[in-house]
Amino acid sequence: MKFSENWLRELVEIPVGLDDLAHRLTMCGLEVESVERLGTQLDGIVVAEIIAAERHPDADKLKVCRVSAGGGETLQIVCGAPNARDGLKAPLARVGSTVGSITIKSAKLRGIESNGMLCSGKELGLDADFDGLFELAADAEVGQPLADHLGLPDAEIELGLTPNRSDCLGMHGLAREVSAQLGSRLQFTDPQAITATHAGTLAVDVQAPADCPRFCGRLLRGVDAKAKSPRWLSDRLRRAGVRPISAVVDITSFVMLELGQPMHAYDAATLQGAICVRRATPGESLTLLDERAVTLDPEFLVIADAQRAIGLAGIMGGHATRVTLDSRDVYLEAAHFAPASISGRARKFGMHTDASHRFERGVDPRLPRMAIERATELILQIAGGEAGPISEAQSIQHLPPPRSVSLRRQRLRRVLGVAIDDADVGRILRDLGMQVETTVDGWSAVPPSSRFDIAIEEDLIEEVARIHGYSKIPEQMPRGEISAAQQPEGRIAPSRMRDHLATRDYVEAINYAFTDAALLAKWSLAEGGIALANPLSAELAVMRTSLLPGLVAALDANHKRQQARVRLFEVGRSYHASAAGTREIERIAGVACGDAMAEQWSDARRALDYFDQKGDVESLLALCGAGINEFRFENGGPEFLHPGRGATIWRDDVQVGVLGALHPRLLKALDVDAEVHVFELDLERISQRSLPISGELSRFPSLRRDIAVVLSDEVRFARIEAAVRQALGDRLVELVLFDRYSDKNLGIGVSSLAMGLILQDRSRTLSDQDADHCVELAVSALATEFAARLRG
Amino acid sequence: MSESLNSRLELVLSAIANAATLEALDSERVAVVGKSGFLTEQLKQLGKLPAEERKAAGEQINQAKARVLEAIAERKQTLEESIIQTRLASERVDVSLPGRRAGRGNLHPVTQAMERICSIFAGLGYERVDGPEIEDDWHNFEALNFPPDHPARTMHDTFWFPDGRLLRTHTSPVQIRGMAGRTPPIRIIAPGRVYRSDSDQTHSPMFHQVEGLLVDETSSFADLKGTLATFVRTFFERDFEMRLRPSFFPFTEPSAEMDIGWAKEGGQTRWLEVLGCGMVHPQVLRNCGIDPERYTGFAFGLGVDRFAMLRYGANDLRAFFENDLRFLRQFA
Repeated sequence: MKFSENWLRELVEIPVGLDDLAHRLTMCGLEVESVERLGTQLDGIVVAEIIAAERHPDADKLKVCRVSAGGGETLQIVCGAPNARDGLKAPLARVGSTVGSITIKSAKLRGIESNGMLCSGKELGLDADFDGLFELAADAEVGQPLADHLGLPDAEIELGLTPNRSDCLGMHGLAREVSAQLGSRLQFTDPQAITATHAGTLAVDVQAPADCPRFCGRLLRGVDAKAKSPRWLSDRLRRAGVRPISAVVDITSFVMLELGQPMHAYDAATLQGAICVRRATPGESLTLLDERAVTLDPEFLVIADAQRAIGLAGIMGGHATRVTLDSRDVYLEAAHFAPASISGRARKFGMHTDASHRFERGVDPRLPRMAIERATELILQIAGGEAGPISEAQSIQHLPPPRSVSLRRQRLRRVLGVAIDDADVGRILRDLGMQVETTVDGWSAVPPSSRFDIAIEEDLIEEVARIHGYSKIPEQMPRGEISAAQQPEGRIAPSRMRDHLATRDYVEAINYAFTDAALLAKWSLAEGGIALANPLSAELAVMRTSLLPGLVAALDANHKRQQARVRLFEVGRSYHASAAGTREIERIAGVACGDAMAEQWSDARRALDYFDQKGDVESLLALCGAGINEFRFENGGPEFLHPGRGATIWRDDVQVGVLGALHPRLLKALDVDAEVHVFELDLERISQRSLPISGELSRFPSLRRDIAVVLSDEVRFARIEAAVRQALGDRLVELVLFDRYSDKNLGIGVSSLAMGLILQDRSRTLSDQDADHCVELAVSALATEFAARLRG
Repeated sequence: MSESLNSRLELVLSAIANAATLEALDSERVAVVGKSGFLTEQLKQLGKLPAEERKAAGEQINQAKARVLEAIAERKQTLEESIIQTRLASERVDVSLPGRRAGRGNLHPVTQAMERICSIFAGLGYERVDGPEIEDDWHNFEALNFPPDHPARTMHDTFWFPDGRLLRTHTSPVQIRGMAGRTPPIRIIAPGRVYRSDSDQTHSPMFHQVEGLLVDETSSFADLKGTLATFVRTFFERDFEMRLRPSFFPFTEPSAEMDIGWAKEGGQTRWLEVLGCGMVHPQVLRNCGIDPERYTGFAFGLGVDRFAMLRYGANDLRAFFENDLRFLRQFA
């Protein structure tokens, strides 16, 4: 809602300046989004008339003008504007006045004396679009200060109104709010009734009274549709952001802005038979004012004549029946439509009009007749014509009934946390136009019919608090019971996992939760993806089923920006269609490329490999504390991983994640020019931890025996370790793999594994014989199970 | 002391003083006080002396031995010191060279702000709760008092799924879920991602909110003001001018938006809107099975991204989700 400050000041006494007014509006809930000051620097600028404009003898583009500046004074002024011509009235900056930062002086231009400057709108800060002289009306009074002529200075104030305050979508409602806020007087009265001077009417048949409980129409004959709006009217429209068109159309816009009641004017000659308000028939079509053709269904309400729909009720009139410059007889419409009958309809066609904006939020049902009277008054005054009687169709039972809402003193105090003086409460409610009665425990108030947002006690509490001032309510801390928040120690908080990965040199990323279906398909992760019905773009159309595609894309973008070593992680959800609806899984994922370590001076450079990242994952899993052996790494991950360097990670019989190098084919498809290693874990499944339980330490020393065995590469280390543990039982306190190698002297397809066995007993010191026996047991177990041999 | 003992002693002491290594020193020791060293031998000979000379001769030999041992100890210390000095000199490093594996990643600024917000409210007794991002119309709108087709819904540009579900447009649905499973007194805080189909310099289709809710028998608008003022001052570690402006949310009544006086510019306060809040609408309490006559509550929702931008001086929201390492590493 945009409006002229001067207009508001005409309607209500405002004893404060513009800044203060804007502040007060904002603080009572009508947020001022912008203020644009107009014509603040027009001192010394007057209305002038060019008596004669002649070509400058020495310059093609300049004209020498004889200018009348009022009081019989004639000045010679040299001017470069293309529209300078005989008889034009334009602003004149007199010698000594200031335009922008220039002080006007007498000067010679190409040898000819110039005493003042004729100005463009741009130069005066009035109209940025046009470079020529600012053309003033032919009847402008020569010599009058320009500011007075234009009703300046003024300001355009734009409000960001919340949807509950439809009453402030008209100047009268806004003025009422300001008067309550400032405690000042309103300076307008309801429009006068215009006496009919002919008897012509159109019959009105409202077939949908619940949708349109009140409809008013009036036929005006002999109107001059070519008439233009006077300056005061077109200025008000322009300063409210409405482009002036012709007097009749402008007046309907003006009345909407003034009262808040949308109106429409039809060319009466195009109407056939009675006016009817009804639901559209299925498939009914209508071409709207903006020449958009729409196909309707019974959800839409239309205004129709005997033949066809002539307007989309509460949204926009029809094209065929519009008022044109040739119209003679005009039919005015102003109606009350129920918000529920208009809500959401315009959006179905991607439309949003001044009318639909107001009707969706609620327009005062008292207004249609007043709007017709006001528009009639202005049309007769500006465009002439004869008014017929108003025809009104109404269904009182369908009009919003007056509601009485009660407000208890105790409740007001309890909700606000402060007592407000009884007299103030009564005054505030009355100032807002409510009929107030005091009751045993407080008040009962009937809000004005313009307020669609007051139905319950809390609404009145808000009104009182708002006008009283939120700033006058004290700050205090809540009293009352506080219970200790649960702190389950058997769960690792995601924040610890984040911190852990940051410590391991990963930087946290945040990606959008939606992604490109084609990208998921490249990853073979499209299954179970949930598509949005109204995505912003194809790239953001499907909910991600994994964090990895986004992270790898981010890695790649950084890699292409000359970052050779990239390590990113993210904590977030993946989304999956399931039989039970949708599933959201909280995940933690990481991606890395480049060297294992940041470039440095001491150690040899080495590319990151599977085991580097497995170390990151294992240390993360170790947060669970229960010992890393609870987790198993199995060969063969999902399709996007390298078949030989991908793993699934298991906890008991539940898969908790994946780890490995990306498949070279995927890297090629993604155009990623780096080896990329990734992991992704199910946060919930790795966050449970068993509480540590302290046991007794052995008092006896431990022994170490190293063994080196040669066995087939087909045997996975996890099985080797398990076999040794099985064979040695509790005496084996630790097994360390400290070397692994293969060469052709050992044989094809075999490797040598060197392991340290740390042995200890709880009840005695182990002897060398005991240790040797353990080694024999281990070697023999490996020989039996995997045909391992001791390395010579 | 006998002449010969004396001159011999001088020779020995000189050899000890000149011993170049610990090994040479030790052989001197052996030669003098070892099993068959000459002083040891002399002591062995004492018995052959007449009794009246024995005592004096013994004293002389012991004095000589003491001097030798003292000289050896002194020389040993000197030699050892010189060895350690040589070793230390050879082991010197340039301590200004970079250490190994000092690299560390860091958390996203939004995470940092979110954790900070949640920890402040945890200190005020709020329990952290969570809810789904794919929501139904009931929790995101209807239960929060947005009727179908209500213009207030147009303030929420919503991402829909074909089955009528949606991506939550705010964290407020967690109020509904939080109240449904609890009985007052309730204090909960719900951080999370939210979505609006809107994208430009200041809007991202995904952003982060924290929702707070308190319901009990005494809570009031004054409590809301106190809580938010405490929170904002604690978060920014600054004192601010603050103001609550009347606003509109279907699920609170009265409703407000909170501005903080971020800076003074030419005598004018620059107000920044930081959050929306209000007293929980009685219908919302009723929708969750809570009697609004017995209980009142307040709720607030704040944009985490905005708090992060203000706290860390970032000015482009979209940069938060572009994951440019150069940008992210600034927040270490």
